[in-house]
Amino acid sequence: MIEKSNVNDTTWHTDDKTKPLVQIKGLTKKFGDVIAVDNIDLDIYQGELFCLLGGSGCGKSTLLRMLAGFEYPEAGTIKIDGMDMSNVPAYERPTNMMFQNYALFPHMTVEQNIAFGLQQDVMPKDEIADRVHGILKLVELEDYKKRRPQQLSGGQRQRVALARSLVKEPKLLLLDEPLAALDKKLRKQTQFELANIQEQVGVTFVVVTHDQEEAMTLSSRMAVMDAGKFKQIGTPTEIYEFPETRFVADFIGSANIFEGRVSEDGADHVIVSTNVGEVYVNHGQSIAKNKKLWVGLRPEKIHLSITPPPQIGPNQIMGQVEDIGYLGETSIYKVRLKNGQIVDVTAPNQRRPMSRTHSITWEDAVYLSWEPESAMLLIS
Amino acid sequence: MHGQRSRFLTVMITVGLAFFYIPMILLVVYSFNYSKLVPVWGGWSTRWYKVLFQSEEVWSAVSLSLKIAIVNATFATFLGMLAALSMVRFGQFRGRTLFGGMLMAPLVMPEVITGLSLLVLFITLKQVFGWPENRGFATITIAHITFSMAYVAVTIQARLTGMGQSLEEAASDLGAKPFKVLTAITIPRLMPALVSGWLLAFTLSLDDLVIASFVTGPGASTLPILIFSRIRLGLRPDINALATIIILVVAVCIAIAALILFRQQQRDLLDQQLAKREE
Repeated sequence: MIEKSNVNDTTWHTDDKTKPLVQIKGLTKKFGDVIAVDNIDLDIYQGELFCLLGGSGCGKSTLLRMLAGFEYPEAGTIKIDGMDMSNVPAYERPTNMMFQNYALFPHMTVEQNIAFGLQQDVMPKDEIADRVHGILKLVELEDYKKRRPQQLSGGQRQRVALARSLVKEPKLLLLDEPLAALDKKLRKQTQFELANIQEQVGVTFVVVTHDQEEAMTLSSRMAVMDAGKFKQIGTPTEIYEFPETRFVADFIGSANIFEGRVSEDGADHVIVSTNVGEVYVNHGQSIAKNKKLWVGLRPEKIHLSITPPPQIGPNQIMGQVEDIGYLGETSIYKVRLKNGQIVDVTAPNQRRPMSRTHSITWEDAVYLSWEPESAMLLIS
Repeated sequence: MHGQRSRFLTVMITVGLAFFYIPMILLVVYSFNYSKLVPVWGGWSTRWYKVLFQSEEVWSAVSLSLKIAIVNATFATFLGMLAALSMVRFGQFRGRTLFGGMLMAPLVMPEVITGLSLLVLFITLKQVFGWPENRGFATITIAHITFSMAYVAVTIQARLTGMGQSLEEAASDLGAKPFKVLTAITIPRLMPALVSGWLLAFTLSLDDLVIASFVTGPGASTLPILIFSRIRLGLRPDINALATIIILVVAVCIAIAALILFRQQQRDLLDQQLAKREE
């Protein structure tokens, strides 16, 4: 087994680490014969921005809908702030949701949309007005309160939806693909806005997304989901730098993967023999000798050079450049190894391509090398 | 080539429209005929309108028909909405397929069968419970509700399916209890379908001759029953006058509907422009 002290969700540090805000135990949901959510356990802590990341049909939305109370589980329990939610209908849960297509009420103005939730509680009219005003200020839509949702741009609608779900000050805010309906440029800008607002209001967010970049920028912690199960839970850095499986390594970013066996298990390092040579890893993982595993290498962590590295040693492979993809800020080099495997290497374009005559080009024989801490050990 | 084809289309459309509208135009023209015999032209006159307005029989039929149509449309819309809601929003309950089939059956059932079976029902009810004592307004209204409800349910069901559930979920998520969700979100969103369902039920009832003939009793003649019985006695020009008035009312209604639709489109267009400016 791999033991990594830093990849373990129970070590998440919060002010109140004894009692998680959300406790999910053995949660299972089936639709007919299809298991959407498969026996899941998860703790989410106060103040987190937790992302559920996965492809379509992985069960992330079903999990979110069970938290909101729109779907009921076949088995397992959800506790929010210590209270069992099994028999609590959606309208009595301390959660609010921001819907994928915002689900703004088209027959109400912005103001009425936001006030709707407050009106369901017994609350004096002037307090409702105060809180609507306050939240409109937060999302910078004070001048638009008399408009109907159809009269707003996509970005404004998104902010109305956020305001409407935040105004009741829920213990838990659920966001279903909050940025998917925006165009790419606006999405990037809104990612940061969303994270800022979360910090300001301090509400715990659970965000469902299929976009890995969105999950990486937004979340304080995230879970990668596939086929109704969690593949890995951790901070974005942990997930990206220390994926546990080939699935996660490949799902978040891209990875070159080599099969191998542990040939040496030292106190501060591991050596893996692969079909492309020895890989020396020094990030303190301890694995039984001879165990079959996979080594993953991120394209941006591989150094490419025409001249041989100064010292012959592990973590070096030779190959030939087969193709180059120019992406502007970076280029992707497809390097064919002696055994035929293609390795992707990305390198930033710090110089303009016209001065690249002396740099690497098609058919060049190249050396690939990487740092001892760069390789990722994948157990399955 | 192109010119020829468009000429062909013009001819076809003219013939088609003429086929629809010439009879109506003739009807309107002959309603101003002085002659007592419908096919014989006796010069312009409005005497049949006067005869019509003085005929108590016609006005009682009109008022009975309108009363039935309004009560029917209201009940059919309410019940049809409940049926549609349970079909679309209540998931896979036991017997859903059977319920759906039975709900749709009146759409395909021959009117003669519906009428006959309802007549048998009313006769049996009278024997067992002593009600309905006389067939008339109540029996015709009940009969109309049973079949027009199916049409309303279909209309509302289509709208409900198209609407999706996320607005209702959003309301519920914001703390609205189920009844509040229904009144604050579902019904306002359904309004176009409710209005068109109501109008559909209203029209179906106003139009129905067959079922009403079965379940009516002595002294209760709806407008279609009256017109039909008059025709059996021989065509009289005051019926033409009545038909002309009906055509006028329908035309005005259609014009109003078109105007509302046009204004709504204008509003949507303005909304879109406003939204675009915010991009």
